[in-house]
Amino acid sequence: MPSKIKSSRDLEKLQQALSKKPDTGKPRISVCNGTACRPYGSNPVVDAFKLEIEKRALDNQLEFKVTGCHGFCERGPIAIIEPGNIFYQKIKVEDVAEIIEKTLKKETIGRLLYKDPGTNLETVKQDDLPFYRNQKRIILGNNTRIDPTSIEDYIAIGGYSALAKALSTMQPEQIIDVVKQSGLRGRGGGGFLTGSKWETCRNAHGDVKYVIVNADEGDPGAYANEGLLTGNPHSVLEGLIIGAFAIGSHQGYIYVRNEYPLALKNVTTAMQQAEKLGLLGKNILGSGFDFSVRVNRGGGAFVCGESTALMASLEGKTGEPRAKYVHTVEKGLWDSPSDLNNVETWANIPQIINNGAAWFSSIGTKGNTGTKIFSLTGKVNNTGLVEIPMGIKLREIIFDIGGGIRGGKKFKAVQTGGPSGGCLPEKLIDLSVDFDELTKAGAMMGSGGMIVMDEDNCMVDVARYFLTFLEEESCGKCVPCREGIKRMRQILNDITEGKGREGDLDLLKELSSHLKDSSLCALGGSAPNPVLTTIKYFSEEYEAHIKQKKCPAGVCKMLIQFSIIDEKCPGCGMCVKVCPSNAITDMGKKKPVVLDQSKCIKCRTCYDICRMGAVKIE
Amino acid sequence: MKDKVTAIIKKYDNDKSQLVSILQDVQAEYNYLPRAALDKLSKKMDIPQSQVYSLATFFRAFSLKERGKHIVNVCLGTACHVRGGELILESLERQLDIQRGNTTKDNNFTLETVNCMGCCATGPVVKINDEYFGHMTNDKVEPMIKKYSK
Ligand SMILES: Cc1cc2nc3c(=O)[nH]c(=O)nc-3n(C[C@H](O)[C@H](O)[C@H](O)COP(=O)(O)O)c2cc1C
Ligand code: FES
Ligand code: FES
Repeated sequence: MPSKIKSSRDLEKLQQALSKKPDTGKPRISVCNGTACRPYGSNPVVDAFKLEIEKRALDNQLEFKVTGCHGFCERGPIAIIEPGNIFYQKIKVEDVAEIIEKTLKKETIGRLLYKDPGTNLETVKQDDLPFYRNQKRIILGNNTRIDPTSIEDYIAIGGYSALAKALSTMQPEQIIDVVKQSGLRGRGGGGFLTGSKWETCRNAHGDVKYVIVNADEGDPGAYANEGLLTGNPHSVLEGLIIGAFAIGSHQGYIYVRNEYPLALKNVTTAMQQAEKLGLLGKNILGSGFDFSVRVNRGGGAFVCGESTALMASLEGKTGEPRAKYVHTVEKGLWDSPSDLNNVETWANIPQIINNGAAWFSSIGTKGNTGTKIFSLTGKVNNTGLVEIPMGIKLREIIFDIGGGIRGGKKFKAVQTGGPSGGCLPEKLIDLSVDFDELTKAGAMMGSGGMIVMDEDNCMVDVARYFLTFLEEESCGKCVPCREGIKRMRQILNDITEGKGREGDLDLLKELSSHLKDSSLCALGGSAPNPVLTTIKYFSEEYEAHIKQKKCPAGVCKMLIQFSIIDEKCPGCGMCVKVCPSNAITDMGKKKPVVLDQSKCIKCRTCYDICRMGAVKIE
Repeated sequence: MKDKVTAIIKKYDNDKSQLVSILQDVQAEYNYLPRAALDKLSKKMDIPQSQVYSLATFFRAFSLKERGKHIVNVCLGTACHVRGGELILESLERQLDIQRGNTTKDNNFTLETVNCMGCCATGPVVKINDEYFGHMTNDKVEPMIKKYSK
């Protein structure tokens, strides 16, 4: 670890020294060990690399880096070889020795390259893959270049130079001005202008002020903040220190979701390293500015992502929101002016300071500048973290980057904004992805969840799912949210069980408007969104459940039946083996199996395992 | 028990605002929040018992019941839900013969659910202790459980 950095010049010197390390020129293998690569076995792959390199004493012939998320998690574990930008996917422990061998010989391994699902043509370079080609990765792009647990790596690629610039050449007001001019809007969902929020907080009365990173990422099914915080924690920290200086705060907090152990670990390490180097603490870079940070863990409550609840939780209380007659930028944590921003918002700051407001606002559209990270998941071919310039079309994300729907199924809907957002149908596929357009359509940007659904997903079930989630997560403080969500969920449950009644939809709409008008915080206020959008865009599916007592997508258990299509069944017996309730009987070779409806528990195991498509759901 | 709780409190400088983190460390130590430990916390840190319990019951991360040797966590986040996470959970309930939130009679498994673990691209996801299992299907449940059975 280098010694303490005392001035901007020191930092510059260190950066020059680090970027000229003898490593440069050697081939570099960067392997992703992000959270989403772990279920695919990236841990053993990383260990195998380390072992092989040590065994063959290759330390001075190649550089090996363990990184955070590269984005294309679908194909994990992933490695990038430089020079050459070679992209290897689905790496197994058995491939490791060969990768090292071929890298040293400057050769590539065809078997590990990406192949186009349609044409089967190989692509060598990461930048040429359809998944990456259409993105603009100004924030996530560095994930592949650095080991997130090394502050040297971050400094070597120019990290903390924005902090140096801000502290040594800019006044706080000037920084706020630049952020305002950039047009940056908060990435936590609401889309408030970050510069204006900072300005209000700076001008608010009080000697003590706080700055906070919202890394609670409560949206169940989004991990954009996770990927950023785990893969490049210093970029968030750098943004936070700059913001603290601009606002006039000397104490910051990072509130991390409890379910993200790796993010927690990496951001804590980053903080300790920054302290050691003098980038946090007293007299940062000789500027006279003092600032320290504390990392706090959440406890697994969605509502704690809300600003007042988060602050209550930071004070050691239960995470219940309060009415916001007075905003938290005036009176927040311990009644002091407090600025809360999302992880991604903070990570944008160093980019803006380094490259200028004009550069930033040239990306995206007017009123929606910069990029946005989405976690693209569900039924699309290429799942992962994608970063796009604001304003591109849903179609471009789902079909060009995402590669369309899995298994040749039909696109049905895309859900954005999590439990506060909505489901958008196919006819809106050419909608621009920005704060305003999404809100107009009844959905929301949220913190970046984008869940794609196909013909096998039931929209009533999705609405019921979100309300079940919200019912559990409602803190219970205000009546409209506590009771309203519960009743709406009960009605939806009834509909999915074939007990829906005429007039249920009107009742749902009426309850929705009460919730919107009278809930204490946005959890209740936006809870109706998933219901209202599905009623608006998929009313015929609701009608089918209520009137015909049918679930067209074949999801709602009480409304479906499994049966065997005799003509398609070769009697292979696969389903007989896996059926947990012994409802299927083998009738001998080449004879179709027989399914006993009375024993069937509708677990879908037979449907999933049958390769002949001989199981019918209706 | 005394010393462990005292050590945890000390690690956080007796800072009341760090109570959630302190509870988390206590849970990591004992696998759940034992009553004696909570009493101790309340006395040592001079926080009313009611406040300690309100936190311990508000957050879903905490358990006041003793948990099994292996914690099975099934993701019910949206990305996992649309790919059938609920069916995986039901399959686990059948195979372990317990409902969600409970512990097997032999104390080997506790079955819990979580709303997203940050690897949605690989859903449906199940985590046992620190090991992640992605792209789960019903037929993968049995071998997964076997790995952790005594
Ligand atoms: C129920 C609820 C949950 C929220 N969860 C999050 C979250 O997980 N992450 C986040 O950044 N903002 C979340 N927000 C929004 C925050 O209240 C706040 O607007 C945001 O953190 C401000 O940061 P920004 O200006 O950078 O967007 C949530 C809001 C509500 C009402
Ligand atoms: S976690 Fe490895 S590519 Fe996303
Ligand atoms: S939804 Fe299951 S890991 Fe995110």
